[in-house]
Amino acid sequence: MIMQLTVFLENSEGRLAALCRTLADAGVNMSALTIAETSDYGIVRIICDNVFHAVDVLEEAGFRATKTKVLAVEVPDRPGALAELLEALGSTDVNIEYGYCFLANGDVAIDVLKIKPEDRAAAEEAITKAGFKLLHWNDIAES
Amino acid sequence: MKKPQDILTMPHDQLEAIQLEGIKKTVIQCYENVEFYHNLYDEAGFDPYAVESFADLAKAPFTTKQDLRDNYPFGFFAVPKSDVREIHMSSGTTGVATVGGYTDHDLEIWGDCFARGIWYADGGPDDVAHICYGYGLFTGGLGAHYGCEQAGCMTIPMSAGNTERQIRVLREMGSTILCCTPSYAMHIADTALAMGIDPKKDFHLRVGIHGAEAFSDNFRAELEEKLNYKVLDVYGLTETMGPGVAIECLEQNGLHLAEDHFYAEIIDPKTGEVLPDGEWGELVLTTLDREATPVVRYRTRDITRIIPGECACGRTHRRIDRLHGRTDDMLIIRGVNVFPSQIEDVMKTFPQVASWYQIELTRKNHLDVVTLKAEVNPDFDFDQISAIEQLQKDIQSRLKTALSVGIRVKLVEPKTIARSEGKAKRVIDLRGEDQ
Repeated sequence: MIMQLTVFLENSEGRLAALCRTLADAGVNMSALTIAETSDYGIVRIICDNVFHAVDVLEEAGFRATKTKVLAVEVPDRPGALAELLEALGSTDVNIEYGYCFLANGDVAIDVLKIKPEDRAAAEEAITKAGFKLLHWNDIAES
Repeated sequence: MKKPQDILTMPHDQLEAIQLEGIKKTVIQCYENVEFYHNLYDEAGFDPYAVESFADLAKAPFTTKQDLRDNYPFGFFAVPKSDVREIHMSSGTTGVATVGGYTDHDLEIWGDCFARGIWYADGGPDDVAHICYGYGLFTGGLGAHYGCEQAGCMTIPMSAGNTERQIRVLREMGSTILCCTPSYAMHIADTALAMGIDPKKDFHLRVGIHGAEAFSDNFRAELEEKLNYKVLDVYGLTETMGPGVAIECLEQNGLHLAEDHFYAEIIDPKTGEVLPDGEWGELVLTTLDREATPVVRYRTRDITRIIPGECACGRTHRRIDRLHGRTDDMLIIRGVNVFPSQIEDVMKTFPQVASWYQIELTRKNHLDVVTLKAEVNPDFDFDQISAIEQLQKDIQSRLKTALSVGIRVKLVEPKTIARSEGKAKRVIDLRGEDQ
């Protein structure tokens, strides 16, 4: 399990740039950023180091930011890896609320999955059983 | 034969005699039958039996909307419930609404008052009246209905909504009189044009009796151009009756008060002093022959003036000018009265949003659009779009229940709602820009 940085942004000009500038000035390094958008607002989900620091900095700068627990799974960078991971979860009743992927280095990709807190243990068990490596939040924080 | 219209040209001194009789009767009726007035007059040392002139009435304490609310539901009824034929309520959550009661006689004078709008337009049995004010507790629909019936019109009780059907009926029934809010009339006109119907050719409208919300002279001119008819402004409020307290004649130069049923004073809203004709101030109304819920010196919070002099139409009833705003923070949204405090009460029940909110009023296709902006709180788990959408839906439905008006809720980032001296500007009214 790792900590994702979640930011509520109004869908207006310059807000995303302002968010990234604030993080940059605080020395926060991002590994992934994805946006779920509606016509009025967007939810920006970020994997970065120093999440706790990032939340404090953003709140101080007037953003609405929070930490969200998500699962991060290391998968080989080859066709079918994500499918295998999801199939492993498919044998459980676990429902994925959202997910996204990013490349960590040349060999592995990281799949981020948001699972309901009550299903997290079952998901972790199924993922580990299928031979995938779950990342701990330290793995990201230190990288 | 004597016609009900005859009273509209009665010499003003004779009207004043009727008014004085009505005032004397009403203050005593209130004192003897309504506990609120009994206590109010005893405490203020006001003797209802000693009223002999308009100046004497000016010594009576005022009645406010809050007084009506405090005595919800039947505290202001001056007759037994068995004599009450109908009730109407101003908008508001249950418990803070104000209730108007009507006996058979009250319904008849209401019809008489609204019918004047049709008489002013030289209308009557040859007219087809299309009413698309909302029918229900809102006084607009049934008030207009009683008036159109009393004027002898063929009356079509459309109620509000389903604009395309309104347009079909307007065209197919050959309606000549349109009763609705001015913004809805404009919406009908624009929708008809968009449907390829030319209201000038395809409709047969002569007159629109439009009220329940303020509209500018430009807006009136545009409506008259599009629908090829004359627009008459109508004024009223549930607390004294409903629409028909005052209506414009074809001169379109002020609204003739129904002075045989209401006594009007204009006061300085700060000092409460009665102002002379011509000066702007708050309209205060006393009912003269209302049976179920008479009121004495009711503060309407509406700002207007008595237009000095006689109207070119020859009718003697004095005119009030078109409204110039209000002395309180009440909003009129699509004809419905909304107080920001009602919105506040709803917002307090949602810990997910901060107490900072702002209401933005705009006009889209001439209809009021209300957007409520609320700042997301840090302890709300906003990580998922579905959670945010659910929250918006929940707030919207609770607002709709409380206010009877649809409000779009938009969640915003913290501190985006402007504050001045720590207090948020609650209401941004941009509706004038569409007019």
